[in-house]
Amino acid sequence: MAEDARSAILGGLRKALDTGAGRAEAVDRRLAERPRGTVPSRGLVPAWRRADLFAEMAQGVGATVERVGAASRVPHAIADYLAAHNLPARLRLAPDPELLSLPWDRRPTLEVTAGRAEPDDIVSVTPALAGIAETGTLLAASGPGHPTTLNFLPAIHIVVLHADRVVGTYEEAWERLREAGAMPRTANLITGPSRTGDIEQTIFLHAHGPGRLHIVLVDGTAHG
Amino acid sequence: MKPTSHSFPENARAALADPQLRAALDKFRVGFPARRAAAVQALPEFERLRDEAKDLKDHVLTHLDLYLERYEARVKESGGHVHWARTPAEAREIVARLCHEAGARTVAKGKSMVSEEVGLNAALEAAGMEVVETDLGEYIIQLRKEPPSHIIAPALHLSKEQVAEEFRAAHTDLPADRPLDQAGDLIAEARQVLRAKFLAADVGITGANFLVAETGSSIIVTNEGNGDLSQCLPRVHIVLTGIEKMVPTLEDAGLLLRLLARSATGQEASAYTTLSTGPKRAGDPDGPEQYHVVLLDNGRSALLGTEFQDVLRCIRCGACMNHCPVYGAVGGHAYGWVYPGPIGAVLDPALLGIKEARHLPNASTFCGRCESVCPVKIPLPAMMRHWREKEFEGRIGPAGFRRGLGLWAFFARRPWLYRLATRIGMGALKLWSRGQGRFRSLPLAGGWTDARDFPAPQGDTFQARFRKERRHG
Repeated sequence: MAEDARSAILGGLRKALDTGAGRAEAVDRRLAERPRGTVPSRGLVPAWRRADLFAEMAQGVGATVERVGAASRVPHAIADYLAAHNLPARLRLAPDPELLSLPWDRRPTLEVTAGRAEPDDIVSVTPALAGIAETGTLLAASGPGHPTTLNFLPAIHIVVLHADRVVGTYEEAWERLREAGAMPRTANLITGPSRTGDIEQTIFLHAHGPGRLHIVLVDGTAHG
Repeated sequence: MKPTSHSFPENARAALADPQLRAALDKFRVGFPARRAAAVQALPEFERLRDEAKDLKDHVLTHLDLYLERYEARVKESGGHVHWARTPAEAREIVARLCHEAGARTVAKGKSMVSEEVGLNAALEAAGMEVVETDLGEYIIQLRKEPPSHIIAPALHLSKEQVAEEFRAAHTDLPADRPLDQAGDLIAEARQVLRAKFLAADVGITGANFLVAETGSSIIVTNEGNGDLSQCLPRVHIVLTGIEKMVPTLEDAGLLLRLLARSATGQEASAYTTLSTGPKRAGDPDGPEQYHVVLLDNGRSALLGTEFQDVLRCIRCGACMNHCPVYGAVGGHAYGWVYPGPIGAVLDPALLGIKEARHLPNASTFCGRCESVCPVKIPLPAMMRHWREKEFEGRIGPAGFRRGLGLWAFFARRPWLYRLATRIGMGALKLWSRGQGRFRSLPLAGGWTDARDFPAPQGDTFQARFRKERRHG
């Protein structure tokens, strides 16, 4: 039965299509060469401009961006952000080695645990594989160090991103994804906080995903 | 869902008399086109991307069998399963079986027009499962037991007061005197109620905007994050989608993503674009243990190689309906099925049969706006014309209408006779108008003169005047 449906659909397609020679080669060539089409010039900015453009675009879609000069400043920036918004100082951290190695103990008021998101978690902190300047988009890949639930279940999602991980265009982001190894179960492109326009065609933030997306952009080198 | 496309005229009349719908559509006709125009303005390469997207989809469609095979192999490599469904019944049967095998009691769903197309919810409910739509718009219309009125904004036709009324009736465990007059109240309540469903769900079902042959990934594009919670929390993730969603590579998906959100909502990118590839890996702290893709044909492959092949390029952005004067006047429910507007006028006759959907390709002024905004340049008006021909050839419309059309065709094929007849007709009408310049009523033209005057001809026909102008100009 199942095999019937498969061969019936594929057989039907072959009957309708011109099954001339060279089709399989054309398909395999395209999959191997992965030709690029027109790349919007907006994203083709020099490296030194990328982080600025990324921050500008991300803010344009309702994310907030804070830039810090060194990774060691991240716990302070996050603690201050939470205090400024009257948010609980309790963080669910992605179990990412780099994120775990930050000096969280310098802000003793922060209560930090690592793991996947639990229903009561309010604030999550995750890394990102890349930032895409073209549209202010984050690229996050699931894996042992990055549970996907952290991107969606808590009300506030804080992303720590090193400026040298910001790329200009989607094309560069796909390359980063390929360089990271086999496709992760989930690759999330995140552009601003969760929103809905389903009530009278007016956009409101905080539908089901996080109502706030806060990006801490670390300038300097990734391990600085 | 049971189509009511055959009663489009009655549906449209009811829609035109609905003041609440009129208010929603007044807002809709302005808002969506303005937002798209601004997004297009901000991307100088937009037109070039449309051409490339058209070429890409044409390439995929003529190699669809091969890409589907490559895609299937990648899905299997990543630990997922691919199921093939020729018909809605087969799709329902496969999904119901997978849910049953997972011991599912609660099923969380992301927005999927294909699931509406196959009538999935009713089938799963009949099998004893609780099915919860989690997109806010879909959740609202599920409570109202209504079909979506727009493919990307399913509850477009409702006011916040109507939504509040539904919520009060459905969420009886919440305090009766809670305030629900602000949109924010409604969104917060839906979030709270649906949060419990996400956490309880055994199976999550989503659609797919694209399938990537290179990686074996399915892609969903959402703004709320509900599709993601539907697929990262339950034990089993089922993707239900059409075979035409295929793209070769991530680069190709990127091209269509650049067009999709801008064409649909006028966003540069939707909040969440998610690539899903197989089930959770060893070491992943979360994610589904099983990943299934159900590929639906339902008449799509039969369109290949026909005059309707180009409609399979559609990426379901909704731009055609957002710019359609007919959709903008009557809304989506009048079309009587899942896909309304210009895309529905072409797709619904293919999927439902021209007999059921014969009114839809006729519900067009042929103004051409749909084609001019379509991100993959589907010649929608030309295809509606093909359907009108099929309707005439198949003797499907009312006999009187076909006789009238036959009579007109008789004259149209004989230009000298046509010119003679129109000259006599125009002259007669001029005499009859007795210099009034207009008619308050006219036999056989009541549909026009009931609501407005009909201008009286001034003597010559258009063709005669055109010739005269050219001679003198």
